Amino acid sequence: MQYQSPASIEEAVAALASIGGARVLAGGTDLLVQLRSGTASPAAVIDVKNIAALRAITETADGFRIGAAVCGAEITDHAALVAAWPGVAEAAGLIGSTQVQGRASLGGNVCNASPAADTTPALIAARAVAEIVGPNGRRSIPVEQIATGPGKTSLAEGEIVVSFLLPRRPARSADAYLRLIPRTEMDIAVAGAGVNLTLDADGTIADARVGIGAVAPTALVLDAAPGILVGTKCDEATLAKLAEAAGAAARPIDDKRGTVDYRRKVVGVLAKRAALIAYERAKGAR
Amino acid sequence: MTYEPKNLRVVGTRPIRHDGADKVTGRANYASDFTLPGMLWGRVLRSPHAHAKVISINTDKAIALPGVKAVITGADLVLPDAGITQAGESAINTQHLAKNLLARDKVFYDGHPVAAVAAISDAIAQQALGLIEVEYEVLPHVIDVDDAVKDDAPLLHDDIFTEGVEPRPEKPSNIAKRIVVAKGDVAKGFAEADFVIERTYTSKPVHQGYIEPQGVVANYAEDGQAMVWCSSQGQFLIRDLCANMLGLETSSLKVIPAEIGGGFGGKTTVYLEPLALMLSKASGRPVKMAMTRGEVLRATGPTSGGSYTTKIGAMKDGTIVAAEVVLKFQAGAFPGSPVGAAVMFCSAPYDIPNLSITGYDVVVNLPKIHAYRAPGAPNGAFAFETVLDELARELKMDPIDFRAKNSAVEGSKSPYGPTHGPLGGIECLSSAKNHPHYKANLGPNQGRGVASGFWINIGGQSAATVVVNRDGTIALVEGCPDIGGTRASLAMMCAEVLGIAAEKVRPSIVDTTAIAFNDVTGGSRVTFATGIAVVQATEDAVRQMRERAAKMWDIDVEQVGWRDGAAQELNGNRSLTIAQIAQKAAKTGGQIMGHASINASGAGPSLTTHLCDVEVDRETGKVTILRYTTFQDAGKAVHPSYVEGQMQGGAAQGIGWALNEEYIHDAQGRLENPGFLDYRMPVASDLPMIDAVIIEVPNPNHPFGVRGVGEAPIVPPLAAIANAIYDATGVRMRDLPFSPPKVLAALEAAEKAKG
Ligand SMILES: Cc1cc2nc3c(=O)[nH]c(=O)nc-3n(C[C@H](O)[C@H](O)[C@H](O)COP(=O)(O)OP(=O)(O)OC[C@H]3O[C@@H](n4cnc5c(N)ncnc54)[C@H](O)[C@@H]3O)c2cc1C
Repeated sequence: MQYQSPASIEEAVAALASIGGARVLAGGTDLLVQLRSGTASPAAVIDVKNIAALRAITETADGFRIGAAVCGAEITDHAALVAAWPGVAEAAGLIGSTQVQGRASLGGNVCNASPAADTTPALIAARAVAEIVGPNGRRSIPVEQIATGPGKTSLAEGEIVVSFLLPRRPARSADAYLRLIPRTEMDIAVAGAGVNLTLDADGTIADARVGIGAVAPTALVLDAAPGILVGTKCDEATLAKLAEAAGAAARPIDDKRGTVDYRRKVVGVLAKRAALIAYERAKGAR
Repeated sequence: MTYEPKNLRVVGTRPIRHDGADKVTGRANYASDFTLPGMLWGRVLRSPHAHAKVISINTDKAIALPGVKAVITGADLVLPDAGITQAGESAINTQHLAKNLLARDKVFYDGHPVAAVAAISDAIAQQALGLIEVEYEVLPHVIDVDDAVKDDAPLLHDDIFTEGVEPRPEKPSNIAKRIVVAKGDVAKGFAEADFVIERTYTSKPVHQGYIEPQGVVANYAEDGQAMVWCSSQGQFLIRDLCANMLGLETSSLKVIPAEIGGGFGGKTTVYLEPLALMLSKASGRPVKMAMTRGEVLRATGPTSGGSYTTKIGAMKDGTIVAAEVVLKFQAGAFPGSPVGAAVMFCSAPYDIPNLSITGYDVVVNLPKIHAYRAPGAPNGAFAFETVLDELARELKMDPIDFRAKNSAVEGSKSPYGPTHGPLGGIECLSSAKNHPHYKANLGPNQGRGVASGFWINIGGQSAATVVVNRDGTIALVEGCPDIGGTRASLAMMCAEVLGIAAEKVRPSIVDTTAIAFNDVTGGSRVTFATGIAVVQATEDAVRQMRERAAKMWDIDVEQVGWRDGAAQELNGNRSLTIAQIAQKAAKTGGQIMGHASINASGAGPSLTTHLCDVEVDRETGKVTILRYTTFQDAGKAVHPSYVEGQMQGGAAQGIGWALNEEYIHDAQGRLENPGFLDYRMPVASDLPMIDAVIIEVPNPNHPFGVRGVGEAPIVPPLAAIANAIYDATGVRMRDLPFSPPKVLAALEAAEKAKG
């Protein structure tokens, strides 16, 4: 197995395109586990951690650009980012443990395409856009279009995600992410929900977006959420409707981590609790 | 040796442990850290089936692979004569052991070894496994204990006829053994009782979960002399089992103990060692083997799950008059679950006049069950202490008062026979009742549970050598692997007897050729039994030092006393320190060395009471442990930090068992969660600080009053948490574990039942 550590996006793309079956290596907290267990045996790994653009968090007029290889600890240490996108930050901050967060990246979390990836529902709720570079140049797609099924992505041969763009925060706007695991860390979500809300001056929800995870082959946009939340003040009846809609949208499986019935219920509970947190945060936001 | 109150200067203090720096810096050498020149790598091929006939095994392609130096199968392991080897709390049947090490005509569980390979690299060894062709005829399997006892259950062995029933059955059965403990007349007792409650419980197999997977390096030389480096709870047991499996004389095999990364009972048998020796013998090269976590979970002993029915009757005043318990334990592939201990000890904290407790040892398609911390007792206490909680509520009695009213005390007869000596049960209960924890307020959806536990503890064979160095420092030579801080506690007892600081004593745990036989580190026996050996060996050294001093002063030895690390002239004011005596030792008769090799009896049982507060999330079923306090009789805490560590560690493991740990199998009987992601032991952030309150009711049979402490703390948590969940929600959880989906389902069922 070859190891390469290019310093530029172009070199990385060239390396990926030239070696059949090469894999991108970011933090390695998924990939190295797969190598160890024998479920992946690529001809080469292309380490993208030495590419500056993939390691930077920048605030622009359009919002935040988070390099795909930025690790969780760098995200949760970035005060401005945490203030603007507390839900995305808490999703990144949930991954693994302190040690894992020194490595685990958003790019890896999204591109590993686990249905239970914690940052994906939060990024979906945030309307994050992934910037992708490949042999045919650069393109941008909404984050929910990356994963197409467990372990599968829409990325073409030789393409890498270079960064995620989070839009500018309007006034009275905030997000939240919650997941359920049987333990408190070092675990995998049984269900997860990210909620992103913007309020009117009087506290009425003007815009809402909800992503749910671990309850279908990929994380889902909860299409019913705006219809339920917008125009309300996040009252109990609304939250009950949201919970029901999340459960109904879920397409979970029965497995050792939870039953269909349990996942449907819990994703609803998480959606309503995350909505309430996001609502309270948005009320307190600038 | 008997207990005498003494003024203590070392025992009861908290010096830094002798092995601490090596462990926190990563310098300590565990089994897998060891390498030898020319070493090969061994790997095991395991059955993918829960139950199957092995029709044929073809190893030709594997042995032909370049780099492969040896391949072995069950045909290469000569079945030893039938016999039993005692391994602490377990008894190992040598023929079953052989069949477990390498399957012969049948595989009995997913993960059962069928062949092993040694090659010049681990990668080649793994590749070779894929070239071994095994033809199986898959058989129906059975894992659930209630299914396994049915008449039409798939039969694992055709040569098992239930022991303990008269007349001897004619048909073979999965029930290997029936064990009964009885006294009085239970029917009469229940007839008299004002309240009778009967409940049925189930639990799943759970694993010891030691951090260090099994590992070994073995070398079998051309002259028939063999060496094994491995991590175990007893190098002498490893030696004896390996010698038995390979037909070696005891003197031909030397076992060198590596540092051990946890065992909890699970490392009181062999899995890899005999295979590594066989591969080394076949290849003429040293062989290293180490398990993956998946192999550890699939093929090393978990402890039993089972099904348990408890019926207890009490009078209005709270007197328990009768108890009837039926315990069915999964034994795994071969007989030998710890059901016997559950039968003897589930009711042992109490003095109950009419008792009938029956246990069934049931073979099922799981790895052979092996000892796990107080083996059997947590399952038994789960089924007993939860019924007690229900009864206390019926009686409107405080659950601690109810337990205290029925407590076994000094002089009461134990369910398993002997009359109790001093016991700390009442002291634990009253300490719990008076603790601020018991009086603290609880919020909504929060509840508090109480449960007690009993563990017998054992003595056994131990040896110790105390070598007095020229500079007056001490080499303490012992043979019990340190899994709980025993280097420190043994060195402290040696230092106490000598009258010097613990730091002046350097303990080492040596190989099987360097000290007399020691039973395993298990049964909470080392600080007790090896402690006695150390005290005797140290007293032997003191006697010799007094003799040398007498010689140096040219007086009678009776004129020489011992105080503060020095020989003292009784009728004068001369004194000689250890160093002064040691420096002259060459001239007065050679280096001074005390020795003792004993078989200790009189281990004192340890009683314990746990208090647990939980909060239940009614919408997700998740249970959070808010506060946890353990009260335990240690007899005497030699090093209180390590006693507290044992209490906390046992409680933590019990909490894991209660909340999330379980073996999950698919429809084919394959383990679905062979890793720590889905076999959910608690992580540090799952637990609150576990408070440990040490009670000291001295054991009369130990010079410092020591009882074992390592096992009792895992006994009460299952019941304490079940009782706390009830207190929080009004719902009784009777099927372990109390994982979020199960708790939510139970809460919803209760809501529905209410209508
Ligand atoms: C102990 C432990 C605990 C964990 N806990 C959690 C958890 O709580 N929640 C959770 O969601 N996950 C968890 N994970 C999984 C993992 O840590 C995360 O998915 C993490 O975000 C992966 O990031 P990484 O940088 O380590 O990815 P890597 O392992 O480097 O890569 C993962 C995959 O993505 C591809 N990839 C990486 N970067 C890019 C890119 N820029 N462009 C294209 N493809 C790319 C790789 O080729 C690989 O296929 C845990 C893992 C471990 C080992």
